Amino acid sequence: MKKQSTDHNWLKGLKKHLPAITTVFGLLVMWQLIVSVFNIPTYIAPSPVQVAMVFVEKGDILWINFLPTFFEALSGFILGNSVAVFLAICFVHNRLAERAFYPIAVFINTIPIIAIAPILVLILGNGYAPKIVIAALICFFPTLVNMVRGLNAVSPQMLDLMHVLSATKPEILLKIRIQSSLPFLFAALKIASTTSVIGAIVGEWIGSNYGLGALIIEATYNFRSPMLYATVITGASLAVIGFTLTSIAEHHFIKWKSGSVS
Amino acid sequence: MESGIIPAISVDGLSVRFGELSNRITALENVTFNVPEGSFITMVGPSGCGKSTLLKAIADLVAYDEGTIKVFGRSPEEARLARDFSFVFQESTLLPWRTAIENIILPLEVGSHSGNVESHAEPQDLLELVGLAGRGEALPNELSGGMQQRVSIARALVCRPRVLLMDEPFGALDEITRDKLNQELLRIWKETGTTIVFVTHSVPEAAYLGQKCLVLSRNPGRVLEFPVIEYSTPRKPAIRDTFEFVQVTSKLRSLLECADQA
Ligand SMILES: Nc1ncnc2c1ncn2[C@@H]1O[C@H](COP(=O)(O)OP(=O)(O)OP(=O)(O)O)[C@@H](O)[C@H]1O
Ligand SMILES: [Mg+2]
Repeated sequence: MKKQSTDHNWLKGLKKHLPAITTVFGLLVMWQLIVSVFNIPTYIAPSPVQVAMVFVEKGDILWINFLPTFFEALSGFILGNSVAVFLAICFVHNRLAERAFYPIAVFINTIPIIAIAPILVLILGNGYAPKIVIAALICFFPTLVNMVRGLNAVSPQMLDLMHVLSATKPEILLKIRIQSSLPFLFAALKIASTTSVIGAIVGEWIGSNYGLGALIIEATYNFRSPMLYATVITGASLAVIGFTLTSIAEHHFIKWKSGSVS
Repeated sequence: MESGIIPAISVDGLSVRFGELSNRITALENVTFNVPEGSFITMVGPSGCGKSTLLKAIADLVAYDEGTIKVFGRSPEEARLARDFSFVFQESTLLPWRTAIENIILPLEVGSHSGNVESHAEPQDLLELVGLAGRGEALPNELSGGMQQRVSIARALVCRPRVLLMDEPFGALDEITRDKLNQELLRIWKETGTTIVFVTHSVPEAAYLGQKCLVLSRNPGRVLEFPVIEYSTPRKPAIRDTFEFVQVTSKLRSLLECADQA
């Protein structure tokens, strides 16, 4: 019965997205027409067909550069969110830790990531490390703030109940706080799934000779616009895949909440 | 049934104050009463007179300044650790991600297992007791408000507590559901022999359920009267239409008016 309703939802979803799909298709056709009718040079704006040709002819180059970016974004995502969740749990149990570290977290968040990236490259060198750290930093703060809020989103009655049951703090964390925080956590993870890709690409802009970020720089300087567009689309696809997987995980873990935080 | 030498609950000269010296509120002052084992006590009083505070003091949820509270001769904290009592709140405190059955067994998963936890009740039997047989796999948001409170009561009974403290458990329900649950609570009380202290805003509810009714007055909360409620016929829904019942409710109402003016 449940299966049937999800199938139904899927069809419904397709129907719902049909206008968007049609619009995108229409825009692509218009773009192609404008470029050919006005004879716009390729280095200023390539046509959709030219961009598509890059995926066919230079797919291997895109793939080779996609992998390191994917690895950095994923590692940064895991690192940044793990630290944020861990710190949030500490904050909720220890007011002193919160007062000691929260201002630092806020301060780190106020530094523009573009400004901090060169510093990290100087400190951590030219390898994966600085890119992963930048991706992690960009994920860190929204998750920390949301997780602290989520862990505290427990009604006073619920805490009274746990006190009457003589539950310990770890038991309250495991039985109540973690689950109550999940809608907040996933709201943050969805943001992080896209920003971690941005972090990895920004990291690659500064002194890197691999990854989608480096490919963007190289294509721009050499006026290889079709390649530039194809790279941007690849990066965007990575973010979309991350977002979709996070949403699927959200639906899996928060079945009990009909309308989740979005 | 009213035999026990030690009363289930004895409160002697209890005072509870909130706030700092400058804006001190005396919620309860010199409250003294006994609850014999196996009895059903209802508690009424004007809003803000300290009913919840009294119940929470007995449940070791609120600290008291003067007087003593004994639950079967033990301090509230000792009684809590021994799982002598359970608490049912007005709002549903069910965990939304757990099914009815999983909610009912929550008390068995947390806290000290030193007390009478080993001799816990069968969750399925409890579901049947509260009239929800076959709904064990339902999530709270798939159940009506009345059903959710039934699950809360089942959860409160899982450790076979000797005392059930209920703070307006049916306050948020419509009258028909409330009458039905009152009837079932009386049945559960007779079947389990649990001592029940039941806070309510509804005079008919207090008159229908209680063997005695504790009437509190306001500012500060004091015991105004503690009348015995007796009927010549068994407590069945039809009793509400008898002259005897109307006499009891009108007496309680006039007491409540005094309590409000005091
Ligand atoms: N945690 C608290 N801090 C400060 N004051 C409190 C606290 N809890 C209760 N009070 C005060 O104590 C008094 C009694 O409150 P209580 O909740 O026990 O009343 P009540 O009889 O249960 O009211 P109601 O019928 O509306 O539920 C009120 O004046 C309230 O403002
Ligand atoms: Mg109250």
